[in-house]
Amino acid sequence: MATYTYPTFPYRAPNDLMTGVPQRRPLVVIGAGPVGLAAAIDARLHGLEVLLFDEEDSVSFGSRAVCYAKRALEILDRLGVGDPIVDKGVSWNVGRTFLQEDEVYRFNLVPDAGHKRPGMINLQQYHLEEALVKRATELGADLRWKYKVVNVQPLDDGARVTVETPDGAFDIEADWLIVADGARSNVRRQLGLDIEGHVFKDRFLIADVIMKADFPAERWFWFDPPFHPNQSVLLHKQSDNVWRIDFQLGWDADPEEEKKPENIIPRVKAMLGDDREFELEWASIYTFQCRRMKNFRHGHLLFVGDAAHQVSPFGARGANSGFQDTDDLLWKLALVMKGQAPEALLDTYDADRTYAADENIRNSTRSTDFITPKSRVSRTFRNAALQLARQHPFARKLVNSGRLSVPAFLVNSALNTPDSETFEGNMVPGAPMDDAPVRVNGRDAWLLDQLGNRFVLMVFADRADAVEPAVLAQADALAAATVPVQTLVVTAHAGQAPGGLATVHDRDGLVAQRYDARPGTAYLVRPDQHVAARWRRVDTAAVQAALARATGQKLAAPAAEATLTA
Amino acid sequence: MPLQLQPHLAEAGQRYFRDFTPGDDFYESLIDAHRDLNDEQSEMLNAKLILILANQVGDIGLLREALALAREGIR
Repeated sequence: MATYTYPTFPYRAPNDLMTGVPQRRPLVVIGAGPVGLAAAIDARLHGLEVLLFDEEDSVSFGSRAVCYAKRALEILDRLGVGDPIVDKGVSWNVGRTFLQEDEVYRFNLVPDAGHKRPGMINLQQYHLEEALVKRATELGADLRWKYKVVNVQPLDDGARVTVETPDGAFDIEADWLIVADGARSNVRRQLGLDIEGHVFKDRFLIADVIMKADFPAERWFWFDPPFHPNQSVLLHKQSDNVWRIDFQLGWDADPEEEKKPENIIPRVKAMLGDDREFELEWASIYTFQCRRMKNFRHGHLLFVGDAAHQVSPFGARGANSGFQDTDDLLWKLALVMKGQAPEALLDTYDADRTYAADENIRNSTRSTDFITPKSRVSRTFRNAALQLARQHPFARKLVNSGRLSVPAFLVNSALNTPDSETFEGNMVPGAPMDDAPVRVNGRDAWLLDQLGNRFVLMVFADRADAVEPAVLAQADALAAATVPVQTLVVTAHAGQAPGGLATVHDRDGLVAQRYDARPGTAYLVRPDQHVAARWRRVDTAAVQAALARATGQKLAAPAAEATLTA
Repeated sequence: MPLQLQPHLAEAGQRYFRDFTPGDDFYESLIDAHRDLNDEQSEMLNAKLILILANQVGDIGLLREALALAREGIR
């Protein structure tokens, strides 16, 4: 590899964990991929002790997942690692779709200004993981490299884990186990847990090439290009002058043959022309499946990321949805572990993230069916849509070269308090929140950076000195509750709310616009920056009831937990 | 009434958070309708579908415009 030197993380002998009877730990994470690392970081931010096992001692080999979407970047901001990742990555918003030689359609992922993060960044997975390892270490997560989990035995109140290391095996128990061991999850297989869906009969070649090129930082997608007839091709720019080219090969391609550089290089040359100098850095042949586990929660075992669900790569809904899993899970798990919420709160992780997984599977399956039609008539419809799209806006909406990762609106979540008043716009209970520019203490800042990791009651006022007395009166009590709620005043004019309440100035009016807010409007915001409830006027009893609902206090008797067959 | 060439698909009672969703919902139903049919059967389905939709549109002038538009670019 020419552009990247793989780090080796230090192995530590497990002497401290091998003391006679198995030790008991509150939280163990299996797997140090992006999602397992995000879980460990989030756990530390909630003050939880966390032990993480990974069987390797470096980052992912090859660039692999490359696209990180706006919502994942906002989560990474909350985890305190957004800046180094965005700085290293290639930001982009525009995608262009070509049929043969002509452009037929282009999209802009973030058509409105006033968001901190771009629609997407491209970054090699190893850079991302390296930044996450650094952050997890700095926060005191206990990361153990070359620790291979070989057995998991579910317990009524936790799990017993058998781990092999270069210095021998040991058993350890955890109150809670987060399983993040990837698409081929050994834990899932060892426990015989179902994962259902279907395999797509197609093969794709990924070639990462190093070259100097002045193509813009955009996603370019070709249907049936002259340099690769009858198939699709995708081009992405990564950091360090590395470009990702993804060639559809068809089901009959021989992966062993196609993997050879002497077969890859002519494909790249056909695309780039003979004159362009490039170096092949990494290549891989892949097939994919769209499937998910029936349940992501099995008692005290919580499955996240690819271990729980897999999608086709069109739309970058894999790693991105994994970050959304831990975003949803960790605040709930922290409340349960601290005795501040019933265990049934974790059933809403299962319900809400399986709902989101279904949406991701549906969207990525639709993209795959459009890109790789399974029948003659399906191909004809696709080509008709592409032909019409050159001229007609309605047909552009039908062209599907990948519906890029956006978070699910959790409108069916049991944690939502339904609206009792009328609001315009999309910030419904269960919505992932829109960002907007604000000013804090006279400095430019972003709304989402003021939220997260705790419950917040966002209260709108015209002027800071016009905050309703009822809001001031309840703020201390809300802050001192078992599950604390911080009051955040959003004002149309600059100023500081009385009583030392946190205040942000809605400098461009975009917060009020995106949230359809008027003076007096209030939003109860979850620790994962989702809307829990909203009102036109704050009422302490209503806020407390919504908080109780959002923390699982009002869930019906817990459903029978999924039983393990292992 | 001119031919509608802007995106116009929606399902009654559905709330859409993403602008690509209604088109994708329809397209999936369209492709699903052809599942397990051979080419000849698919052609028959398409023909019947056009006749049904033409009757729904009703306006023959508009249908002639659509026919001309559909024919454009076919070589």
